[in-house]
Amino acid sequence: MAEAATLPGVGDALALGLTRDEYELVCAKQGRVPNQVELAMYSLLWSEHCAYKHSKKLLRTLPTQGEHVVMGPGENAGAVDVGGGLVCAFKVESHNHPSAVEPFQGAATGVGGILRDIFAIGARPIAVLDSLRFGEPGPASEQRPSGPAARVRYLLEGAVSGIGHYGNSIGVPTVGGEVYFEGPYEQNCLVNAMALGLARREQLIRSAAAGPGNLLVLFGASTGRDGIGGASVLASAELGGEGEDAAKRPTVQVGDPFEEKKLLECSLELLQLGLLVSLQDLGAAGLTSSAAEMASKGEVGIDIDVARVPLREAGMEPFEVMVSESQERMLCVVEPANLQAVLRVCEKWEVGGTAIGSVTETMLVRVLDGAELVGEMPVRALVDECPLYDLHPEKPAAPIYAPPEASVALGCSHREALLALLASPNLASRRALFEQYDAIVQSRTVRRPEQADAAVLALPDGSAIAVSIDGNGRRVAADPRRGTVAAVLECAANLACVGAEPLGTTNNLNFGNPEKPHIAWQLCESVAGLAEACRALRAPIVGGNVSLYNEGSTGPIYPTPVIGMVGRLPDARRAGALAFQRAGDAIAVVGAFSPSAGAGELAKLEGRPLPDGLPEIDIQAAVATHAAVRDAVRAGSISSAHDIAEGGLAVAVAECCLAGGFGASLRVDVDVDADAGGDARSALFGEAPGGFILSGPASELEALGERVPVQLIGSVGGEMLRIDLVGCEPPDGLDAALAELQEAHAGGLAGFFH
Amino acid sequence: MLIRPKAGILDPQGVAVERALPALGFEGVHNVHIGRLVELDVSEPGRLEEMCEKLLANPLVEDYEIILDR
Amino acid sequence: MKFGVLQFPGSCDEVDALGAARRVGEAELIWHGDRDLGGAEAIVVPGGFSYGDYLRAGAIARFSPAMESVIDFAAEGGLVLGICNGFQVLCEARLLPGALLPNTNLRFTFRQVELEVQAASTPFTRACSPGQLLSIPAKHGWGRYYAESHTLDAMQDAGQVVLRYAQGQNFNGSARDIAGVCNEQGNVFGLMPHPEHAVEELIGGSSDGLLIFESMRMAVAGRG
Repeated sequence: MAEAATLPGVGDALALGLTRDEYELVCAKQGRVPNQVELAMYSLLWSEHCAYKHSKKLLRTLPTQGEHVVMGPGENAGAVDVGGGLVCAFKVESHNHPSAVEPFQGAATGVGGILRDIFAIGARPIAVLDSLRFGEPGPASEQRPSGPAARVRYLLEGAVSGIGHYGNSIGVPTVGGEVYFEGPYEQNCLVNAMALGLARREQLIRSAAAGPGNLLVLFGASTGRDGIGGASVLASAELGGEGEDAAKRPTVQVGDPFEEKKLLECSLELLQLGLLVSLQDLGAAGLTSSAAEMASKGEVGIDIDVARVPLREAGMEPFEVMVSESQERMLCVVEPANLQAVLRVCEKWEVGGTAIGSVTETMLVRVLDGAELVGEMPVRALVDECPLYDLHPEKPAAPIYAPPEASVALGCSHREALLALLASPNLASRRALFEQYDAIVQSRTVRRPEQADAAVLALPDGSAIAVSIDGNGRRVAADPRRGTVAAVLECAANLACVGAEPLGTTNNLNFGNPEKPHIAWQLCESVAGLAEACRALRAPIVGGNVSLYNEGSTGPIYPTPVIGMVGRLPDARRAGALAFQRAGDAIAVVGAFSPSAGAGELAKLEGRPLPDGLPEIDIQAAVATHAAVRDAVRAGSISSAHDIAEGGLAVAVAECCLAGGFGASLRVDVDVDADAGGDARSALFGEAPGGFILSGPASELEALGERVPVQLIGSVGGEMLRIDLVGCEPPDGLDAALAELQEAHAGGLAGFFH
Repeated sequence: MLIRPKAGILDPQGVAVERALPALGFEGVHNVHIGRLVELDVSEPGRLEEMCEKLLANPLVEDYEIILDR
Repeated sequence: MKFGVLQFPGSCDEVDALGAARRVGEAELIWHGDRDLGGAEAIVVPGGFSYGDYLRAGAIARFSPAMESVIDFAAEGGLVLGICNGFQVLCEARLLPGALLPNTNLRFTFRQVELEVQAASTPFTRACSPGQLLSIPAKHGWGRYYAESHTLDAMQDAGQVVLRYAQGQNFNGSARDIAGVCNEQGNVFGLMPHPEHAVEELIGGSSDGLLIFESMRMAVAGRG
């Protein structure tokens, strides 16, 4: 190999994010000091993002097997059987750090990346959902806030705009999502994107490279300097690494949904024609990770010639070509006899395609620049032998998070509390957001945003897929294990409300710095809760993502596991909805619902600190309730179903009223046992998993009582929401006009978009 | 080529920018319009007008200005 | 009867349009590079982001070989339906008067809207009655219809304003609440909302959009 003028050293390794020990290990595995190209590739593949150094051991404890699982973790996406010979591929991924830098492009490329993961396994993307978390946006009445609140609104607008731009342009409907605002996310916003795809079972393709002598073909957009940023320390002296030239190396990846649409159609056609041995998309760490991972899975070697990669910019160095994160590119392995056919399909879709390398038997990744060898690394060293670290969890002795700022007076009336909750950014109508998304392209959407607790997509045989994405930071911060169990149960509850049974789960773990013992504790506890809940629901993890080091000068984010769950219902026409339908329908609380005030939305508005721990959860009871609700929805015997989540019973009922345009009259028991947390506030606004608000004929609701606890609490009708609290002396309750609730709910978020 | 919205047609982008500037401390700004810049090298400058009329601008709603840089 | 649905790089709703057309007749996709319209008796130019909406929405698609054939087809009286991006393409191709500009709120907006039928005797609305309200979803960022006043007056008089947004439903700022227009001959029609997404209650919340495809079927049958 030609001698490089100056080899990078330990200082460069540290600048690239490797530790001193890791650098020594790289040198040992290479048998020499790594050169520029090699160091760049190791630093990326051994980064937390690519190697899961701190989480891999923990993730191995998650349940991944199940009767519906067709493709489990380890591939570009997971997949479950949905009947009729079809599988549903799905996965969630984060794009947190890029979105904090440039929210529009960060969110857009996040959507682009997750979509590529779906069609990389041969499935046509059919839906997108997104989970967003930002800091506090300031009061809706304040038109032009300054400081952090202004930045929050900027991030919110940018991210929503970016998601809409990408999803709408590529023709994949955005059918659901969630957005939350909490102080700890102020400096570290979360943008998690989930996508679903559909394929015939036999169409699924894996990413392992195979067949020494086969060709590596790169197709899609040309390669530029996108995303190189940090690696620019390696730039050779003539080009300079600082000042003017540093500005030429953009860190922001710019997405082009039009290019990706062409790429998608091209990929699916190549697969349909049977022209590919394997397929992989280029995401984080570009060619470096795609090529290395394909080689590792296939237990083969790979040669790549950077001189053959189509470039968007002149004078790119080999290491830049290897680490570029230019979007909308795919890598495939092709038998030489099929190369011309592959290039013809690329040409038809106006997508550049070039053979850039080949599969070898060497078990090495070799990077060439024309005839010159510029990098050589053992595949195993790059991908499989990255050191994995143990976590050292320790429960924090003192609270980590400051209490939220109060925005309602502690002594306010129940009515004022309800209106404040409905107007709060976490609960207000999300219409201003989802109206920016096309939710209906591809003509499958049976339930659009705000119509039901989960999105529902029709399948050709008349059945349907249901999907929901749910996370919770504050409750997980109060109790990482139980908070995570609650988040998983909520996701499954949302599926039950539309009549779906869960098939599989994907998760994105968003946490702070795992090298800190209290964060490690959060992570370990959360994963334990995730495993427990997924097992109980028989909804195994089929894939996911981990985003660590989400910390700023003001501290870590709340520990935030985001759960995406896919389910199936046998008859699309019987998909549940959350709106009250008919005056006179009875309303019932279904399930063992033991609300508590701690870590709830009202507690947040009141400025209360997080409790230390949450009450125990009866998972089996919740699972049984899900089944009962699901069956009632499927039977078509009830009018509406909605799970009780943030804001408790009063908010859940208000949401059903608002969606249907009906008032309601309720009598709610207040548990007089003060030790069990029984009081009026808890009864109205306390939160806990396992409770649902159902409406319909009283007899149908009562019949459910044979399976699970059912309490008839009132009926639908009128223009008011009236709740009388039973067991209170003096009499207590709340009375609010539907119009008032409507005004509070509609106004909460709308003002944040210009 | 500089391509601008025709006078008299509502330009909401221009309006949005005009409203945003004072909030940042820039007073006395009026008549903001947002258009497009098309830069190209051409061997037959005589055909530029036709290019604008046919593709680069929509003459119903846009005005264009050709600037030659020899 | 046979529909031809054009497909450009970047079209999104062509498959949905195909599905809608197949509920009343036969339908095939026509690749943008083909001049052969495959014997189609009516052409649908679908929604989406042809060519990424680069330059201006529809500005590049209008020059494709398939569109050149469609222009000839229209000149000979063939029925042409342009939906959303398709409407933009037809305006850019000068098959319809006016232009589509960015929504006044500068935002892509997806909303179920009510449209009022203004002209019920066109080949695209004969299955409707005058003043009938159609519930159809709209989803676009660039849908504000514009034409000069005198053009609008002339169109009004000639019965070329086919659909209007009902009271309070015009979210994009279209001149005179215009949602859909046809040419002087009445054989070319463009609208921003998506009738192909309102062909079944379960998915679209309404099947009012089917009336437009049904009207076209009736019109073609009536000629034969």
